Amino acid sequence: MTTSEALHRQLGLTDDELAEIVSVLGREPNRNELAMFSVMWSEHCSYKSSKVHLRSLPTAGGAVLVGPGQDAGAVDVGDGLAAVFKMESHSHPSAVEPYQGAATGVGGIIRDIVSMGARPVALLDPLCFGPLTEERNRWLLEGVVAGIGGYGNCVGVPTVGGEIHFAGPHSPNPTINVMCVGIARADRLVTSAIPVHAGSLLILYGAATGRDGIGGVSVLASATLEDGGAESRPSVQIGDPFAGKLLIEASLEMVERGLLEGLQDLGGAGLTCASSESAARAGLGAEIDLDAVPLRQADLQPFEILTSESQERMLAIVRPERLDEVLEVCDRWGLAAAVVGRLETGDGLRVRMGGAVVAEVPARALADDGPVYTRPMAPPPERDDLVADDPTFATYATSPGDALLAVLASPNVASKRWVWEQYDSLVQGGTVAGSGGDAALVRIEGTLRALALSTDGKGRYGILDPYLGAAHAVAEAARNVGCTGATPLAITNCLNFGNPERPEVMWQFAESVRGLADACAAFETPVTGGNVSFYNESGDSSIWPTPVIGLLGLIEDYRLAVRLAFAPGAVVYLLGETFPELGGSELAEVELGVVAGRPPALDLERERAIHRLLIDGARSDLLSSAHDCGDGGLGVTLAESAIAGETGFAVSLPGDLPPHVGLFSESASRVVVSVWPSRAGELEDLAAAHRVPFARLGETGGPRMVIDHVADLTVEEAAAVYEAALPKLLAG
Amino acid sequence: MNERAPRIGVVTFPGSLDDRDALRAVRLMGGDGVPLWHGERDLHGVDGVVLPGGFSYGDYLRTGAIARFAPVMEEVRGFAEAGGPVLGICNGFQILCEAGLLPGALIRNRGLRFVCRWVHVRVETTLSPITAGLVPGEVLRVPVKHGEGQFVAREDDLRRIQGEGLVVLRYCGPDGSVGDDHNVNGSTAAIAGVRNDAGNVVGLMPHPEHAVDPDLGPTGGQPMLAALLEAALARVSA
Repeated sequence: MTTSEALHRQLGLTDDELAEIVSVLGREPNRNELAMFSVMWSEHCSYKSSKVHLRSLPTAGGAVLVGPGQDAGAVDVGDGLAAVFKMESHSHPSAVEPYQGAATGVGGIIRDIVSMGARPVALLDPLCFGPLTEERNRWLLEGVVAGIGGYGNCVGVPTVGGEIHFAGPHSPNPTINVMCVGIARADRLVTSAIPVHAGSLLILYGAATGRDGIGGVSVLASATLEDGGAESRPSVQIGDPFAGKLLIEASLEMVERGLLEGLQDLGGAGLTCASSESAARAGLGAEIDLDAVPLRQADLQPFEILTSESQERMLAIVRPERLDEVLEVCDRWGLAAAVVGRLETGDGLRVRMGGAVVAEVPARALADDGPVYTRPMAPPPERDDLVADDPTFATYATSPGDALLAVLASPNVASKRWVWEQYDSLVQGGTVAGSGGDAALVRIEGTLRALALSTDGKGRYGILDPYLGAAHAVAEAARNVGCTGATPLAITNCLNFGNPERPEVMWQFAESVRGLADACAAFETPVTGGNVSFYNESGDSSIWPTPVIGLLGLIEDYRLAVRLAFAPGAVVYLLGETFPELGGSELAEVELGVVAGRPPALDLERERAIHRLLIDGARSDLLSSAHDCGDGGLGVTLAESAIAGETGFAVSLPGDLPPHVGLFSESASRVVVSVWPSRAGELEDLAAAHRVPFARLGETGGPRMVIDHVADLTVEEAAAVYEAALPKLLAG
Repeated sequence: MNERAPRIGVVTFPGSLDDRDALRAVRLMGGDGVPLWHGERDLHGVDGVVLPGGFSYGDYLRTGAIARFAPVMEEVRGFAEAGGPVLGICNGFQILCEAGLLPGALIRNRGLRFVCRWVHVRVETTLSPITAGLVPGEVLRVPVKHGEGQFVAREDDLRRIQGEGLVVLRYCGPDGSVGDDHNVNGSTAAIAGVRNDAGNVVGLMPHPEHAVDPDLGPTGGQPMLAALLEAALARVSA
């Protein structure tokens, strides 16, 4: 008898999807098989709603060595080395249990990097929360930050960057993304390019398998399925960074010694995902013996072992003659290891337990042949009103100086020191620049090169114009990396959206992907992979369309890297042009309490010209400082450079825009740089050569921040406001 | 003249994190860095020992509480008793306290949060393997990164530590002033590092190995590691 009739919907499969499974198998699936299909054909694993759109992204060319489809992407960073990087979300678990949700997110992305054969060298955490005036949001932020630190600090991978934004729609649905970057020898990358042979063994090593995080599909723990209603367990997994650290070292030793044909981490969908993907990639089938899986408790059902998301586990593909060496490595690092299966010719994934076959399905059907949907799309009807209500020429009652202090104290803009001081940014000894600058810089050991890393999301622009929101996110990430003097190479992303079954959300998604594709094509920064996080909504409230970009760049000589801090005696320039663009701006939100209007326009070619100028400027050691204009506009940029350098300035706003517009417009493609007076001409020539408009604003020096006829503050008071805002809000 | 560079062993426990960084720093300062393994009862003839930072065994029980029982620790104890220079950094400091090779203990930071920050420390005594050759009162810039770095001791121990000059470093301001504002983790008497009675074993919470490379930041760790190499060199010559 089959229980699938009642079960498949509980597991999140539609009637059509069940019919497809029956047609693939030529029979009704049993409940184990149904559980396997339900996790592998879930939105999270199959990308069934997003796939048709993601195909339009540029994914190859330039420095790309490995594009989407593997555990992580990889780019060539010279000297035979590859940078491996990927971003993921752990938003849902973090909303339930912020510490463990965030911690296991860090652990999971680290294992993705390790499974490519790379040593993780950096973490970045882009986060969005609801306003900190609500106690629950403070609890979420504190828990998430502690969880990121608790795992990252203990596993020994430096957390060097990220960002935090605050917006009402994120109250029920915080957005918790995490990016990891690793370094590997390019010729040792563990990818599907390595030939895998029938007869090779599947070795599960690391933590024992328990009932935690079953399926990530909590309905699996239902009484119906458990035949008698065993107690349901929390579906959030628990992280063990110490085991994670041992996994890194053991795995990389196996890679270094060439013991492996393949390596997979066990994340979403657990053993089902790792074994079916391993077999499908090799064009083979597999025999899995669940009796061999080390268990945390003896009474686990087959479907539980197959879909458990217990953390800190890896699956290695190993030739039988290398088995002893692999077991020896695991033993030395104190990790349990067991042969749980074998790759076979054919394409069937056959699972045994207690002598019986408990599931038998084609591996490809699970891993590759999931459903693909072209879901209906329609722009949200309220969007026209939002865009029409542009705040650019609204009345701003506050003086520009007071408004600048208010914007500096806004949690979106204010210093995130309270957060990043809880992260170990120094371990591994490669951090040239951590949080607090435009991009993080992590040197590549044994070279003068450094990776330049930035994460950016522009949810506030996204709700007003998802195409522009996505394109601006890429542009800002590239500009941040460019400010240090590094060349943008490639991106990963995490696309955070609401329910794709709603046409408005699907439209936002499609527009965002279009924006991503155009920006990535223009900057020649292909997309090497990423993650889609749908269903970030509660009731009627969806998060803003928030594609978060993780951009990886490279600087040839980190000793020439440019920082944001002003030094006294330099000449200040604004590169790029300021237009009356306060739509979706920080000022409008802070002063008027509105997120409305049209986001700033973005000319991708002008943007790219700025990047090239910055790279050339850094290479010739021309720039004393460089800092991107982002949230809060020119005023915030000048203030942040002054605060970082404990050095004031005296400048005039260019053009004849009203002071609020000149100071707070968020026009794109702008950077504030400073140069020594003797080289001012050189900068002007360079800007002209790159056809980048520029304006000489004034000079640095002294304790005051003087903006002619507009504002006159001290660096000290600006710094006090900027540094105190977040701790003050968190104190409640 | 010495024939060779001093050999400094750096112990890797399961969960050690700054072991490779300590080896790199030793080499950058001209020493010969020798990796040592927690499970081996062998120091491979090194002239000095570093117990590095990290979270040995995850520090799930109590920081350093399990690592002190590692087989290599018997050798480290013997080496220390014979007068060999031993430096414990962060988790290494915690392990030395647990092993009874240094007085006091490290508990959770005041404020209960992990803190990663560049701080200033003031040299309190030159009788230690990392401050010989420095000047009392000298201020060095080094980073801390720990969740459990608040130094505490029993009252009688504390009297002895302070009275007998066992305090090696205190947290301070850029001008050397000691005060609550500069006490990054709430340590008793702002103590950042202590030594044993004999003056050959020292532990500190700040990370000198992360403050040696001018390309990465301030270099307050250089004189400390230079002193350690000198102390080890003395054994080579002896």
